[in-house]
Amino acid sequence: MRWLLLKDLRLLRRSPQLVALLVLYPIVIAVLIGFALSRGPDKPQVAFANLVPKSASQLDLGGEKLDTSSQEDVLFRAIEPVMVKTRAQAIRKVEEGDVLGAIVIPQDTTQKLQSGIEPATIEVFYNAEDPVKSRYVRDTIKSQVQDANAALTKRLAKVALEFLDLLGTGGQYSFLGREFDILGLKRSEEILKEARRELRPGSPARAQIDQVVRFARLARSNLDLSDDVLSSVGTPLRVKQIRLDGGTTPLSSYSVAIAVSVSLMFITLLLAAGALALEREDNAFMRLVRGLVSRTALLLEKAGLAAVCAVAVCLLMLAGLGLFVDLRWERFPLWVAGVTGGALAFAAMGLAIGALTKEVRAASLLCVMLSLPLTFLALVPSGSVSPAVFDVIRAVSAIFPFKPTLDALDAALNDSGSIAGPLLHLSALFCVFGAASRLALQRFA
Amino acid sequence: MPADPTAAARPQGAPAAESAAVLEAEGLVKRYRDREALRDVSLSAARGEIVAVIGPNGAGKTTLLTILAGILKPDAGRVSLGPREVGWVPQQPALYRKLTVAENLRLFARLEKASDPELEVKRMLELTGLLDRSDDQVAELSGGNRQRVNIAIGLLGHQRVLLLDEPSASLDPRQRERVWEFVLGLAEAGTAVVYSTHNIQEAERYARRVLVLADGELLFTGPARELKDVVQRGGGGGGGDLEEAFVAFLRTRGH
Repeated sequence: MRWLLLKDLRLLRRSPQLVALLVLYPIVIAVLIGFALSRGPDKPQVAFANLVPKSASQLDLGGEKLDTSSQEDVLFRAIEPVMVKTRAQAIRKVEEGDVLGAIVIPQDTTQKLQSGIEPATIEVFYNAEDPVKSRYVRDTIKSQVQDANAALTKRLAKVALEFLDLLGTGGQYSFLGREFDILGLKRSEEILKEARRELRPGSPARAQIDQVVRFARLARSNLDLSDDVLSSVGTPLRVKQIRLDGGTTPLSSYSVAIAVSVSLMFITLLLAAGALALEREDNAFMRLVRGLVSRTALLLEKAGLAAVCAVAVCLLMLAGLGLFVDLRWERFPLWVAGVTGGALAFAAMGLAIGALTKEVRAASLLCVMLSLPLTFLALVPSGSVSPAVFDVIRAVSAIFPFKPTLDALDAALNDSGSIAGPLLHLSALFCVFGAASRLALQRFA
Repeated sequence: MPADPTAAARPQGAPAAESAAVLEAEGLVKRYRDREALRDVSLSAARGEIVAVIGPNGAGKTTLLTILAGILKPDAGRVSLGPREVGWVPQQPALYRKLTVAENLRLFARLEKASDPELEVKRMLELTGLLDRSDDQVAELSGGNRQRVNIAIGLLGHQRVLLLDEPSASLDPRQRERVWEFVLGLAEAGTAVVYSTHNIQEAERYARRVLVLADGELLFTGPARELKDVVQRGGGGGGGDLEEAFVAFLRTRGH
């Protein structure tokens, strides 16, 4: 077996393009993913036309001035604005593809906000040629407009609370440059109590004043309660997140686990399937199994070759990704365990493919054709499809090594759970695919 | 080529040279589902003897050689030698194209557990006359040279019997000649050679005995000239060359 392994390594060395692909592929993937993760998503470029005149940009909310242009900052947190002066310019920018979308603030916006009768309307333009892109723009702008709405609502609620406080306790109020003294319910109650003392007990007027005093007290205590009601208007719903299952893996680390799993899958499957099929294409298989090497030993040699190469490349890839993403190097032994478990299971699957297809080209094609849908299925989150479909997806994912490899690597890299379960799963798959490839080898010659 | 008086025509399926036989197979049967690929086929080969297995396509020639080589197991019958005791040369060269001639020989010498692999490599390079091409990758060799390396690997285990499955197929006449020079040299040195071929002239020219297989049945075993005699005696013609006699023989047997 040692001589066969050395022979295969020599053959690999004699295929510089293949070796270059095996080494460069993970490095390129690592750099691309690392670069993407470290930069974060780019803000979409959106044309922005604020048609509200400077002189009318301020809202008077109960005497408090609010500059609506300051709300632009909220909007610009998620977009990169391309400032334009007119609605037509904004629309043209979208039509010509210079920007993903356009936001137009009509000139009557502050008037409508001030009136409180009719809501102000912001216009959003976007191209629907690319459904993903258009949805992204729609969602981003909608979310930011909701944030702006919430901020305005909060300000309005604050002003309303100040009015209510004035009604309850009384005080000075300024309107159009004039000062007004507001009596307030509390002081009204006190005045009424003074007046009541002047009246003789049992007089009808005293009974009526008692009624008014009770009303003032009731009104004041209820106005106190409205503080809480109004303060909740700004944020009527708050989110409290409780994790029921799974780890607390950051998206970047999970992406690393996915990238390594995908690379591991491709390298191991292609190497194992190709190396076995090559024995038949070179017509050497029959010569080997005439007592020189047993079929099982041949399979183990190919699995070992593919797994060793893939583990080396994937650990190199992890080291590369570690330059961009914060990885926990103290868990390195677990990385090796996860990568090795996945590599062996993929190698066994690759051998089964190679033994069934018998040709390098057919084996490579089948590897790619199987890998892509399996990756896709393994990444479908629960809840995104019906429970019955998800059960089917889970069952299909369980009979191929991608999902357990991803789970093992997630556990190894991110401590998202125990690695023992996924490793046991991978061991079982190694045995099943190994047995299948041994069976297929009976008709390999 | 050593002369052997026992190499005359014998009853079908009987061993040719029982006393000096180094390879014997008796009553070989092989079925693929409902189809019988071999039906009670027996043969033998003596030391230094060259035996040709001829027959139309699908006659069972490759199946017979594959069973003799120990790759396929027969459904019935026995072969006197185990796989490691027989040198086997498949029709398509069983070589690693990206390895050099010497590397191929060295690899198989090591797998054969040769006591001195380097000495074996040197011996085979000399035997094949490929010493000057030892560092060339097999992919760069001509078909004839590849076949010589292919045969040399078949001989690495110092077996007394060499099985060749259509050794000259897809070779040009010059390459064919070189391969046969090599094989005749081996036979002269005492190796029994059993080979299958479609080329009737080649069978007549090099083999001491021919075996005619058709539909898995052994129809004739004996010298080529006797096949002509059999056809002439049966009134099937056969005054021409062996190919005509062979075709006429098959016709008279209903094939």
